[in-house]
Amino acid sequence: MIQRITRAAAVVATLLAVEAAVPETGLMVAQARADSGATQPTADDLVTSFTLENGMQVVVIEDHRAPVVQHMVWYRAGSADEPIGQSGVAHFLEHLLFKATDTLEAGELSATVAANGGRDNAFTSYDYTAYFQRVASDRLDLMMQMESDRMVNIRLTGRDIETEREVILEERNQRTDSEPRSLFREQMNAAQYLNHRYGQPIIGWRHEMEELDMEDALSFYGTYYAPNNAILVVSGDVTPDEVRSLAEKHYGKIPANPDLPERMRSQEPPQTAARRLVYKDARVAQPYMQRSYLAPERDSGAQEQAAALYLLAELLGGGSTSYLTNALQFDQQVAVYTGAFFSGVSLDDTTFDFLIVPGADVSLEEAEAALDETFARFLEEGVDETQLERIKLQLRASEIYARDNVDGIANRYGRALTSGLTIEDVQAWPQILQSVTADEIIAVAREVLRPEVSVTGWMMRDEEVSQ
Amino acid sequence: MKALKFISAALALCILALPVWAEVKIKEVVSPGGITAWLVEDHSIPFTALELRFRGGTSLDQPGKRGATYLMAGLLEEGAGGLAAQDYARELESLAARFSYDADRDTVSISAQFLSENRAEAVDLLRLTIHEPRFDQDALDRVRAQVLAGLRSDEKDPNEIASRAFSKMAFGDHPYGSEGEGTIDSVSALTRQDMFDAHEAAFARDRLFVGAVGDITAEELGALLDELLGDLPATGAPIPGPAEVAIDGGVTVIDYDTPQSVALFGHVGIDLDDPRYFAAYLLNQVLGGGSFNSRLMTEVREKRGLTYGVYSYLVPRDLAAVYMGSVASDNSKIAETVEVIQTEWARLATEGVSEKELADAKTYLTGAYPLRFDGNSRIASILAGMQMDDLPIDYVVTRNDKVNAVTLEEVNRVAREILLPEKLHFVVVGRPEGLQSTN
Repeated sequence: MIQRITRAAAVVATLLAVEAAVPETGLMVAQARADSGATQPTADDLVTSFTLENGMQVVVIEDHRAPVVQHMVWYRAGSADEPIGQSGVAHFLEHLLFKATDTLEAGELSATVAANGGRDNAFTSYDYTAYFQRVASDRLDLMMQMESDRMVNIRLTGRDIETEREVILEERNQRTDSEPRSLFREQMNAAQYLNHRYGQPIIGWRHEMEELDMEDALSFYGTYYAPNNAILVVSGDVTPDEVRSLAEKHYGKIPANPDLPERMRSQEPPQTAARRLVYKDARVAQPYMQRSYLAPERDSGAQEQAAALYLLAELLGGGSTSYLTNALQFDQQVAVYTGAFFSGVSLDDTTFDFLIVPGADVSLEEAEAALDETFARFLEEGVDETQLERIKLQLRASEIYARDNVDGIANRYGRALTSGLTIEDVQAWPQILQSVTADEIIAVAREVLRPEVSVTGWMMRDEEVSQ
Repeated sequence: MKALKFISAALALCILALPVWAEVKIKEVVSPGGITAWLVEDHSIPFTALELRFRGGTSLDQPGKRGATYLMAGLLEEGAGGLAAQDYARELESLAARFSYDADRDTVSISAQFLSENRAEAVDLLRLTIHEPRFDQDALDRVRAQVLAGLRSDEKDPNEIASRAFSKMAFGDHPYGSEGEGTIDSVSALTRQDMFDAHEAAFARDRLFVGAVGDITAEELGALLDELLGDLPATGAPIPGPAEVAIDGGVTVIDYDTPQSVALFGHVGIDLDDPRYFAAYLLNQVLGGGSFNSRLMTEVREKRGLTYGVYSYLVPRDLAAVYMGSVASDNSKIAETVEVIQTEWARLATEGVSEKELADAKTYLTGAYPLRFDGNSRIASILAGMQMDDLPIDYVVTRNDKVNAVTLEEVNRVAREILLPEKLHFVVVGRPEGLQSTN
């Protein structure tokens, strides 16, 4: 029931939300759940999409129960698109988009949203940067006016750069340097990716953040902020026709960027050596072990392998009836917590992760050995068909519950469409999950979870040195 | 079956220039057995969200048993009736229902979502959970180990260290002065019998508040309530008296080796039923109410880049009220941050807010209010909370009028009364440069 240790959230937001702003800022578990996709015809019936002449894609998700709308613009540009040496610039720019434009003063956009009773924020991840407002539905026109303005019209001062750089450094202080778990995860990621930018933290390495300047921010902005690189996602009390006419009025007038580069990142070479690391920190109270494996993401038109990995994670670590929990927490009682995670929405190779928090008198070495034995036994025994059926049933039910939160569905589309998937892929996903067989799950486990593509990390307590 | 009693409050209200709010009709339902609930019927999605709240919470812990209520709540999902923990979990999964439990200082809450197609079976299982928890020794030991792991982590977490120190300072030996999760010693000593005792203390009809939203009629809900809750005892354990708030101005530095200092600050606050509450709420929105544009965010973050976030908040609990805030700054900057906050606190107390600031705060708070009602579970939780706070069923309609009725004179008088810069105490955890404990 009580779980505090999970993978650090892979999203960095502009304003530390007092209330959780978006599902992505939550725990990894929540992210995995958000992946579960939509069963036709339930949730998909609410979704309409079209593309403006300048190439801007538009997705509308209707829910007329309350006169509220969420307006989001997602850019296909995240930290993994940054130039080498400028880690953190995508997120830095996200902060700077709250400064002045030709027609708005610094802070005026947020102040205007607040004056209309709304809430706004933004977040950056590896593959996307997104901005949103949640407001009464008759304010959509004004939101689009301001959001389209800052797509191309920001005007930064030297002082903006200086103070906002201090703010993001404090953000790194708070989210990473004050959190041993985040520092550990940062090292794990850096070891996992030999060549891909996913090995660099979204918020950036401190020494590179300290050097970010106006030119870096504006260069990223000029390259990636354009309608043909953006997706408009509107959810709530709106009709597709209203959204189309407002979108054409505000976003339609912005010309496409003809020089938009193709999204080509350095890809991973074959990984041929298992890596191990030990992270020690005096602030660690509860040691634990984490292992990640390089794993295929959901690819457009080819999501089957990722679907099998998703179900594998559920079978192994999804709740108290899962295989690892049963073996390690109930039977052998060597662990306080176990987990298996797979987040398939990613432009390039993602990871499959194991986590084990050993019990009080159990060493990390013993915990790791127990995890390895248990996983090997799982492969031998094969999948428990009744457990698989229960998981599939819950995935179907989750589509009913999902309709209670259309903003969550909006996030699902935003993340997918900035990660190389199409609307058809999103809508096919639930059925693909339902069709995965037990044999396919075991096959993908054997094929993907190989030692040579893995990183095993021990998070340990450093003996305190008294001053 | 006897006719159910309805009180229907139609909520077609207009908020300034905002559009007419969709009809959120709250009905009061009294079951044949006499259990009251507030209901919003919405048949558009085939599931129901049910929120059950029991007043008392972790403050019901008996002396020497700190953490018992919290651990008890965590054990509710670990088996009931004839079902041991994993059989129970499989049963819940096969119904695709979702039950969650929480215990805070004032409340034990149960939040449930269940599908219309198997509502009866889901309610049976929830009934078993509430009435016949097993508290098996192996489950107790397993969940206890998780709680202890959390407590050990808290000991190294600057935010938790600050929070514990602040509570202890503010509330002393009252239950509010310590954490509901308990201490490593107290939790280690808890027994199975303590779980049964905590269960008996917490769940009773005299402290129950119910909100329901979704695909269920008033009649169906009435029957459900009697089946689910009708057999609860009439009364539970006595709830402790109010806590005395003892906070004096100053700074407490707790040494901790980390690059960024965390600060919690605050002084005595204002009760929810105080007639000045709306004025205080507006005042706080101006000071540090969570937007980018508050005075604290403007001065500390936007102008000086001293922090990623700074907030202030009213904390009106059942047994005491405090006015608090939080911030984190680099060890080299926290002294300046504290100084800016002290200055802003004092400036607001003496100068008050401007006409425009008040107007902006009103538009924001009145406009944001309907945005809270998003989704069945959220609304069920609001309905239960409103009843706990003893608000009238038409509060949703009148609330924004009350906000709008607050005058500038009132806010500024309340500013002088409730902002107490000389009483503001900062608990700072880190290695702050240029900042020492004052006593």
